Amino acid sequence: MATPLVQPGHQPPTSDALPEPAAVPPLEPPAAEAAEAADKRPGLFRLLLRDKFATAAAAVLLLVGLTAVFGPALMGDLATKQNLLFANKAPFNPANGWEYFLGSDSLGRSVLARLVIATRTTVAVALPAVAIALVVGSLWGVWAGYHRGWRETVSMRVADVIMSFPSLLLAVVVLYVFNPSIANIVLILALTRIPIYLRTARAESAELQSRTFVDAARTFGAKPNAIIGRHVVPIVLPTLLTLATLEFCYVMLAESSLSFLGIGIQPPDVSWGLMVSQGRQYLQTAWWLSIFPGLAIVVTTIAANMLAAWLRIATDPAQRWRLALPRKRLIARIPAKTVEGDK
Amino acid sequence: MLTYLRKRILSSALPLVVVIVGVFALARLTGNPATLYLPLNATEQMRADFTARMGLDQPLLVQMADYFGGVLKLDFGESLRTGESAAAMALRAFPATLQLAATTMVLAIILAVIVGCWAALKPNGVADRISSFVSMAAASIPDFWLAIVGIWIFAITLGWLPTSGVNGSEAWVLPIATLLLRPFGVLVQIVRGAMVSALSEPYIKLARSKGAGDVRIVTHHALRNAAAPALTVAGDLTVGLVNGAVVVETIFGWPGIGKLMIDSILQRDFAVLQAAVLLTAVAIFVLNILIDLGYALLDARVRPATVKA
Repeated sequence: MATPLVQPGHQPPTSDALPEPAAVPPLEPPAAEAAEAADKRPGLFRLLLRDKFATAAAAVLLLVGLTAVFGPALMGDLATKQNLLFANKAPFNPANGWEYFLGSDSLGRSVLARLVIATRTTVAVALPAVAIALVVGSLWGVWAGYHRGWRETVSMRVADVIMSFPSLLLAVVVLYVFNPSIANIVLILALTRIPIYLRTARAESAELQSRTFVDAARTFGAKPNAIIGRHVVPIVLPTLLTLATLEFCYVMLAESSLSFLGIGIQPPDVSWGLMVSQGRQYLQTAWWLSIFPGLAIVVTTIAANMLAAWLRIATDPAQRWRLALPRKRLIARIPAKTVEGDK
Repeated sequence: MLTYLRKRILSSALPLVVVIVGVFALARLTGNPATLYLPLNATEQMRADFTARMGLDQPLLVQMADYFGGVLKLDFGESLRTGESAAAMALRAFPATLQLAATTMVLAIILAVIVGCWAALKPNGVADRISSFVSMAAASIPDFWLAIVGIWIFAITLGWLPTSGVNGSEAWVLPIATLLLRPFGVLVQIVRGAMVSALSEPYIKLARSKGAGDVRIVTHHALRNAAAPALTVAGDLTVGLVNGAVVVETIFGWPGIGKLMIDSILQRDFAVLQAAVLLTAVAIFVLNILIDLGYALLDARVRPATVKA
């Protein structure tokens, strides 16, 4: 496995070969091959467009992102505007006007507009939580895996302790003590997800640090942090980014569970999970209040899952050729890694 | 075997200790219970009496020792709501959750083994499609929403099942179906993957060449080797089931430990929350030990030479 990655120029030079440019000729074939491969290989974006399902998934996520950014500015007033004449209107009735296309709640507020507002809250919790966990967990894991020894042992014990306890319980207890503000929810979700990145990054980095190219960098006198930043992180990064895409689903589901239970987002703020919870008592008379926000969660998580499945193949040089082939469909299998993130 | 077990117990006990200490620390962070427990118009004298009676004027180390002593005697104080012993309330709610979780896990394992084996034997067949679809659904559908859709369709629209409660066998259908989705979706992929790799081993070829049929190959040869990874994941999933139980019990009014926890949070009843959380932590600790034992019995490479399966 390691041999193809070793560049000829990194072989320990003998004392007389060092000053000569003799190292250049053996460099040529791989360089030429790489250039050739780069020509054949379509860019990541063009690769994405070749896969219908991945394109659709990316489009859905883009739509969610745009809604979160621009939606509140466009529909913010509508979401709080009450109109008792239009209370509990059923969805899909064009006679009520476009703003009531997805129905209205018992105060006559537009479900569509409230969904749009909730999109921002949902994304504003999930994205920072994923980002914090990704950065902290990955750097910590890469560091622990590179140094091995006690740093690795202690880090793994910490991960075990966090993982061996149901994340929802941890969140429940912490949010009991500290008020469930958005910042606290983000922090507790990030904290419970750090071990996932920590374990993955540790495993990859522990394997990488014994490779020849890392040895070579060490021989040249590079400092550990420089080696981690320049040689280890770029190789681990695609795996971790794929994992982060999957984690986005998990964190979103966790936030909605907390909000549903009444210890997440608090009114008057609204998130998709909270909307499901608030609509629950009207299930007999106005099913749309609970069903549509839930659908929004499902569609977003499916899209993120599919994109993650595609990303995993697209960022793996050994598997990328599959995407360049004409294919009927890409079966978006749930990767084994979600298993770890299941608590 | 004893050395192995002792090692495992020690490493699983660490999280337990962290939880116990963590709960103590959080209990102190909630602020002075006197402001929480006593009415707003309580006098200074009442507050001082209360603080002395609860031992809150003692040094922190003494309080901690008291707390550990209380934990060992299952004494967490009384519930604010009912005045009943918090430990008794948690212990009474525990069996309901245990029944729910055990039924779900047994069903999930049986279904996952059947569908997973079938999917591994016939790639791209019906079972294979089912397993990928369910796995996708399990990773994408929030359990509380699934429960609500279930209530909407089967309880409100069709009227076949009750919306909540524990009376009669119909009441079990929706909670278990909701809880089942996630463990089944994950397990079926694990079983399928492990079976695919087990079926490509040389000993399967040998079994085939001596004339064994599909069923015998799966049950006698492949499954035994595929079971170990599935067991590990099943253990993890059972821990994760606590998350689902909290949600499902709240929705279906199931009188289990999850509902107890949420209720005590919403009513700021810390003693009960503490008892429930610690009871759950102990249950998870015991479960981890049992899984390690099961793992040792299944896999000859983990099992020391002296123990016969």
